[in-house]
Amino acid sequence: MDFNFTETQGMLRDTLRRYLSDNYDFDKRQAMLRREGGRDPGIWKALATELGILGAALPEQHGGFGGGPVDSMVLMEELGRAISVEPYVPTVVIGAQALVAAGGDHADALLPAIIGGDAIVGAGFYEPQGRYNLADLKTTAKADGSGWTLNGHKAVVAAAPFATHLLVTARTGGGQRDSAGVSLFLVEAAAKGIVRRDYPTVDGFMASDLYFENANVGPHALLGAEGGALALVERLVDHATMAVCAEATGAMRKLHELTLDYARQRKQFGKAIGDFQVIQHRLVDMFMEAEQAQSMTLMGTLRLDDPDRAKWVSQAKAKIAKGARALGQAAVQTHGGIGITAELAAGHYFKRLSIIEGQYGDFDHHMGRLEAMMG
Amino acid sequence: MDLAFSPEETAFREEVRRFIAENYPAHLRGLQDDGEELGREDMLAWHRILANKGWSAPAWPKEYGGTGWTATQRYIFSEESARAETIPPLPFGVSMVGPVIYTFGTPEQKAKFLPGILSGDVWWCQGYSEPGAGSDLASLRTRAERMTEDCKEYYIVNGQKTWTTLAQHADWGFFLVRTDPAAKAQEGISFLLIDMKSPGISVKPIITLGGEHEVNEVWLDNVKVPVENRIYDENKGWTCAKFLLAHERTGIAGVARSKRGIEKLKAIAKAEQDGNGQPLLANPFFRRKVAELEVDLTALEFTELRTLAGEASGKGPGPESSLLKVKGTEIQQRITELVLEAAGNYAAPYFREFPAGSNEYPIGPDFAHRAAPTYFNMRKTSIYGGSNEIQRNIIAKMVLGL
Repeated sequence: MDFNFTETQGMLRDTLRRYLSDNYDFDKRQAMLRREGGRDPGIWKALATELGILGAALPEQHGGFGGGPVDSMVLMEELGRAISVEPYVPTVVIGAQALVAAGGDHADALLPAIIGGDAIVGAGFYEPQGRYNLADLKTTAKADGSGWTLNGHKAVVAAAPFATHLLVTARTGGGQRDSAGVSLFLVEAAAKGIVRRDYPTVDGFMASDLYFENANVGPHALLGAEGGALALVERLVDHATMAVCAEATGAMRKLHELTLDYARQRKQFGKAIGDFQVIQHRLVDMFMEAEQAQSMTLMGTLRLDDPDRAKWVSQAKAKIAKGARALGQAAVQTHGGIGITAELAAGHYFKRLSIIEGQYGDFDHHMGRLEAMMG
Repeated sequence: MDLAFSPEETAFREEVRRFIAENYPAHLRGLQDDGEELGREDMLAWHRILANKGWSAPAWPKEYGGTGWTATQRYIFSEESARAETIPPLPFGVSMVGPVIYTFGTPEQKAKFLPGILSGDVWWCQGYSEPGAGSDLASLRTRAERMTEDCKEYYIVNGQKTWTTLAQHADWGFFLVRTDPAAKAQEGISFLLIDMKSPGISVKPIITLGGEHEVNEVWLDNVKVPVENRIYDENKGWTCAKFLLAHERTGIAGVARSKRGIEKLKAIAKAEQDGNGQPLLANPFFRRKVAELEVDLTALEFTELRTLAGEASGKGPGPESSLLKVKGTEIQQRITELVLEAAGNYAAPYFREFPAGSNEYPIGPDFAHRAAPTYFNMRKTSIYGGSNEIQRNIIAKMVLGL
C-alpha cells in the first residue's frame, strides 16, 4: 500500500495551485463570469500551453504524460479550491478518455488538440425525462446514405456554449430504457441541425440544452461499436463522478478554511464566535466531513479499474453528496447573513457544492445503485 | 378538547375562501405563476384589498383595527391564505412595529402610525442588525444624541444598519439606537421611528446568492429625528425589541405556507420522471423524505396550536415561540432541499439574466429554474429573526433555566 503522490503529481498540484492563486482568486473569478460568454478563454489556453497540464492524465502515445485518474484527482482538487469553471471534466475526463478508448482517426486528430487547449468537448449524456439514468434515451440516430442523422434533446450540457465538439449518446436500437442499442457520437459543435440554447448555471458555469433536429453528422461520427456504448458511457461517467468528488473535496477544504478564519475573526458577545462550543463543534463536524470526502475521493479514484468500480464510485459520491450539503450549510450558518451575500466567496463555494450534489447522480441515485448491487 | 371545527368555523372558512377567490387580483396571480419579481405596488395590492375588508391585521386587538377573530379563526384565515398562495401583508408593519406601537406607544403615536400600517399606505422596514451587532444585537452602536433646535427636541442619529429587508421601498423604519453609551449593553437603547426620506439616510443594496435584491445596508448620517418619534421610554427600547422579536417568532413558524409547500412538492414529484418511467414520488427514498417532512410539520402545527391556545387564555408569546422558529425554519429549508433534489439536472440552469422581452424561455420544468435560488435564499431563515443558535440559547436560559 502506498498513499504517496509521485513527484510529477506533486509538481502538478504546486504548479496549478500557484497559477490559480495568481490568476484565479475570487475577485478575478467573479470578473471572468461577468465577461461576454461567461468566462475567460485565456485561462484554459494557459492551462494547456503555459502550464502544459491538460495531458497529465492521458497516455503518452497520444501526447500525454502517461498519468491517470490520480493526476486528474490532483488537478480537480485544486480547481475545486478555486471554484474554477474550467471544462476539465467534460473535455479531458470524458472527452479525451472516450477518444483514447475508441482509438483510430478521431483520437489521432483530436487528442493533440485537446491537450493543446484548442479543442473543447461538451458531453451530452442526460435527457429531460431520464433524470440520472444514462440508458433512458429518446434521442435517435439513423444511418442513411450520407451518414448519421440525429434527433432528440440533451439536457444541461456543460461547456456546450463554447465547445468545439460534442459527445452525445443516441439510440440506434432498443427501447427507451434498454441497455442495448445505445451508441456514442462525436460531432462538431457547429454541425447543421444542432440547435443550442445557452445559459449560465447558478454556480457560474456555462451550459446548453441541445436540440438535434435532423442533424446530419456524417458517416464518421460514430465512436466505438454501434449499439454497444452504454458500458463505455457508464465508465466515463464514473470517472467524471470521481473527478467532481475531487473537486468537491477541494471546495470543501477551502470552504472549511474560510469558515474557520471567519469564526476566529468575528466577534460577538465580547469574544470570537469560534470560542463558543456550539460553533467549535460545528467546525469540527465540517472538518470531519472534509476528511471523509478526501478519503472517499482517494478510494474511489484508486478503484476506477476495479471490477466493482460502480460500487466504490457510488459509495464515494453518496458520502460526498451528503457531506457537501452538510458542510456547505454549516458554512453559511456560521457566517450568518454575510454567508448569503454574493460579495463573499463562501456563498459561492456553497452554491458550487449544492450543484455538485446532483451532478452525475445525487445521494438517492447512488444509494439506489448500491442497494441494487447488494444482491 | 375537540379538534373538529364548529359549523360557524366551517362557514367562516367558506367565507374566507370565497373572498380570496373573488378578490385576489388576476394580474398578481399571473406574475406569481410566472415567477416574476414583484414591484412595490404588487407587494401591496392584496394588503390594500384586505384593508378595505378590515382583514389586514387579524391579530391586532379590535380597538386598533384588528378583526376580533378567535385564535381558531386566525388559524383558518392563514391556512386559506396559504392555500391560495396570496401575498401576505408585509410583516414589518402589521406583525412587527404595529404591535409595538399599540402596546408601548402614546395615544398620539397610535393615531399617527397605526392607520397607515393597517391600510398598507406606509411601508415599514426594520433597523435592528448592524455589521458588528448580529446575534449580539445589544452591542449595537448606532448613536442617537439629543439636541434642541427652535425649542423643539431632536435626536441626531449616526450609524449603520444592515440586512434591512426591502428598505429600498420603505417610507418609515423602526430603529434600535444607543441613547446612553455609558449604560450596560441592553440598558442604553431606544426605539425610534424614522422617516426614511429624512436627509442623511442612504440605502445601499446587498445582492444575495440567488441574485436577489432583498436586503440593504442603511446608513444614517446626522439624521434628525423628532423626540416624539421615540416609542416608550428613553433607554428602554430593549423592552420593545424583545417584545417584537417574540411576536416575530410566532409568525415565523409558517405552518400554513409549509403545508402548501409540501403540496406543491408532491405535485412536482408526481410530474417529474425518475428515469425509469415512474414518477419521482414513487421513488421510495424520495417518498420517505416527503412523508417524514409531513410528520415533522404535523408536530410543528400542533405545537403552534398549543401555543396559540395558551395565548388565547392570556399568556403572551413567551420563550416557547423560539421552538416554533427553529422547527418552522428547518421545515421551510427542507422543503427547498427536496424541490432542489426534484429538479435533478435542471437545478443548475440560471435564467435571471435573460433580458426582458427576450424570446428565450426557460428550458426544463417550470418549477426548476427557481429551485436553486430559493434553496440558497431560504438559508436565511435559520439566520434571521434571531439565529437558531440564539433561539436555542433562549430556550436553554428562559425555559430550562440553565
